[in-house]
Amino acid sequence: MPRVKTLVGLSLALAALYGTRTLTAVLPEDTAEALWDHYSGDDQVINGKTWLIRKKFADQFDVQYSRVTDVVSGASVDVRITGASPYIERRTENDVSLQYLRGKTTYTVGFVGSYEPDYRSNSMNYSVSQDMFGDLTTVSMTYKRQWDDIYKMLCATYDANHVCVDKIRDPAFGMKRMDERSYGFGLTQILSRNAILAINYDLITDQGFLSNPYREARYLDPTVSRGWSLEPEVYPGTRTSNAIGTDFKYYLPYRAALDLQYRYYQDTFGIHAHTAQLGYTQPWRRFTFDASFRYYVQSQADFYSDLYPYLGSQNFLSGNQDLAAYHSYSFGAGAAYEFPIPHVHWIERSTANVRYDRLMTDYENFRYWLLTNPAAGIAPGEEPLFSLRADIWQLYISLYF
Amino acid sequence: MRSLLPLAVAAGSLLAAALAGCSPVQPWVKPYQREHLADPIMSFDPHPASAAYMDHVYAVRQAARGGTGAVGGGCGCN
Repeated sequence: MPRVKTLVGLSLALAALYGTRTLTAVLPEDTAEALWDHYSGDDQVINGKTWLIRKKFADQFDVQYSRVTDVVSGASVDVRITGASPYIERRTENDVSLQYLRGKTTYTVGFVGSYEPDYRSNSMNYSVSQDMFGDLTTVSMTYKRQWDDIYKMLCATYDANHVCVDKIRDPAFGMKRMDERSYGFGLTQILSRNAILAINYDLITDQGFLSNPYREARYLDPTVSRGWSLEPEVYPGTRTSNAIGTDFKYYLPYRAALDLQYRYYQDTFGIHAHTAQLGYTQPWRRFTFDASFRYYVQSQADFYSDLYPYLGSQNFLSGNQDLAAYHSYSFGAGAAYEFPIPHVHWIERSTANVRYDRLMTDYENFRYWLLTNPAAGIAPGEEPLFSLRADIWQLYISLYF
Repeated sequence: MRSLLPLAVAAGSLLAAALAGCSPVQPWVKPYQREHLADPIMSFDPHPASAAYMDHVYAVRQAARGGTGAVGGGCGCN
């Protein structure tokens, strides 16, 4: 019996020590992850892979590298509306960051580069975080600068199924630029033995070409049989947004965790959005199960319209469904299985994970324009409202060493 | 004179609060009491690659951005 007590005491001491390590100024755990993801919704399929590795060195430094590759195929609603053909496109993203720990302060510098045939984005980010008040509080500040180059692609070659397999950049469109600056402030606070709270605020400003070269607005046009025509979108040249989010985690008495998140967002386009998420995590033997429910609602941009009354009716125009009013629900469930890897002693822990999310979005003022049929009594502006249903799968392996 | 009493009480309270702010803060959760908080199920970001992917899924389909503590990079996602 004394031996059992000694073991329990030792375990608690180790757990407390581990707690001190993970909740004070320490570098993150060495990790390697490989993730395969699959998205299907609205006639669009996206398959992707992510590789991530994070490693400490020289006690005070940590380097992280991740690489994401996505292959997008199909034609989303905006592509179908403008009459463009289905396409296949690849995106590659590289993300590298370095952390330096000095006392209770952590400095981070990072670079992210995302490349698509029609979009190049590079960003640098810098952050500093400080532990204080007996390591109950962590304060962080982040600055990010991003430079984007935007192109428009034209199809040069189609395959037998009229899928575009070779694109060229549209010389008439040329290259447009968009610059972004982001300022972030974060606070993480231990509230009790079982509760922890994080608050994050971000101010983001964009300047340059903010619209999408492929999307167009529609207006009433009695000169054509369907009753509407398309005109180019015109966006303001700047956009500034504010977002404040909270994340509250609570440890339940029977070793489970509850997660409550809320975010409020507003921007100078006139969009206000609320995001709420409830999550639950339950370990059981070698498994860890988690489930989540997410609700999102946003108002429309001031200048958005599903159907403008006539050509050039406003100085700013957008028919982009992302700027419409809508609400969205997501249900997600995942399971992780912890498995030993024999004969590889430097790996402390390894898990195989699967996760499924169902995304359901219902637009309140974006209609399915292709269903206009005046002969059948469906006039412009009377089409059914558009809705998006998407299935998202993730399969990944995590190694901790 | 009586009308100054609430003002004096308020000023005294503010002074006491200000002086209390100068004293060292005592952590009300000691390091050895943080075993629950250190459990991996309490991590804000247990699977960074998966979390980054879901952030991306939402960011390209919804107008709201930021406020999540993630830095992220740019993406056209046309």
